[in-house]
Amino acid sequence: MPDTSMPPAVAPPVLEIRGLTKSFGTNIVLDGVSMQVGKGQTVCLLGPSGSGKSTLLRCVNWLEPPDQGRILLSGKLMGFRDGGVVPMNGMELARARSRIGMVFQHFNLWPHLTVLQNLIEAPIHVQGRQRDEVIGEAEVLLDRVGLADKKNAFPAHLSGGQKQRVGIARALAMRPELLLFDEPTSALDPELVGEVVAVMKILAEEGSTMLVVTHEMGFAREAADEVVLLDLGRVVEIARPTEFFTKPKTERARQFLQRYVHA
Amino acid sequence: MIREFAIVWANSGQLLNGLLNTAGLAVLGMILSVLLGSLLAVLLMARSRPVSLSAQAFVDLFRCVPFLLLAYLVYFGLPSLGLNFDNWTSGLVAIVFYNTAYMAEILRGVWRGLPRDGIEAATAFGFQGWRLFLRIILPQVFLIAAPMMGNQMIQIIKDTAFLSIIAVPELTHVASGIQSQYYVPFAAFLAAVLLYWMICSLVEAGVFAVERLARERR
Repeated sequence: MPDTSMPPAVAPPVLEIRGLTKSFGTNIVLDGVSMQVGKGQTVCLLGPSGSGKSTLLRCVNWLEPPDQGRILLSGKLMGFRDGGVVPMNGMELARARSRIGMVFQHFNLWPHLTVLQNLIEAPIHVQGRQRDEVIGEAEVLLDRVGLADKKNAFPAHLSGGQKQRVGIARALAMRPELLLFDEPTSALDPELVGEVVAVMKILAEEGSTMLVVTHEMGFAREAADEVVLLDLGRVVEIARPTEFFTKPKTERARQFLQRYVHA
Repeated sequence: MIREFAIVWANSGQLLNGLLNTAGLAVLGMILSVLLGSLLAVLLMARSRPVSLSAQAFVDLFRCVPFLLLAYLVYFGLPSLGLNFDNWTSGLVAIVFYNTAYMAEILRGVWRGLPRDGIEAATAFGFQGWRLFLRIILPQVFLIAAPMMGNQMIQIIKDTAFLSIIAVPELTHVASGIQSQYYVPFAAFLAAVLLYWMICSLVEAGVFAVERLARERR
């Protein structure tokens, strides 16, 4: 395995967040968040609504530019040019963003494009990759999420679960270093959650590097390497899921589990 | 009566020429006003206040000028500024200016109502600037705006008739010429009406086809 040839102490984490703050007006949403995601790891961001989970995720790819703090993607600074003072311009930011795949709560597929076109759009027109190669890869991805037969359908004709599986395949088509999931199952009917979680579990097992904001405690427990509990914009606890769900260290975590898991 | 139509039929070559001029002006006018209207819509949506306000002033100005007056101004007025266009080009210029303003307004309205979702995803995937506009925003805008753009196309076709006052050899001008030469007003104008109706039906068929594309995606 190529991974073992490189000692983990040397390779920088895929994502490193240092002292991130973000306010909207007088409302402090993130208050000095630091955490990391190692290569091949799945980290779940948990927390009550309003805790800043989604904002943190959106800061990672600069959809919300943070006020302070650093984001490093495989050791490379996000949002700033080397040196860390001059902000990236639009094109540099776009190039940096194209290294990250994102899956949205409301799928955010492009309605004017077919399923296959949704997958190949950014790899061809942003990353400038070969059309034939991209199509071939996209067809494999659609097959893996069980939607090979839907490649010429338009998103409007798919169920929520199918749309989100397309959303995941679209993110994977970017060959991203990091996958961000922003509450990927929250907009789904309960009976459709399973099919999306199943795909995410496979990705986690296969060693994709994932940062997942979710309320699916089952997924966090079974698939995460680490869970991060966020409350009022601060990291309350970072732990392995087995420890977090059975013997949480903080009172806040106990309250959270009481409310969201045992309720 | 039959005799009248026979006279018009005898001059059908002229009518056909007028029809081609009308269609040419309308199609070219439409293409140019869609192109320029798209650019103007970008300016209307610009984050910079001075830019969007200037664009808005341009739109408001041209929407308030009667088309007939605009045609006069281009044909008779612009030569004072040293800009001399022949009749046909003057007509086209008037059509394009007038309809660019309308087209920009239509496109801006649809753009504003576009869901943020897809644009946000495109940004996250590395789209920005013109590529974001041309590949993600504009196609969605066109699909939704198609019926309104079709209406505007029909408006353009009808507006070309005004250009007979600056002697553009379009359909109305030709029909008017035939009627005054042979004094056959009913037959000549009715023939023109039928021909206008034909091209408008073609446009409607086109709009229907685009609407079907839009429906598949909704």
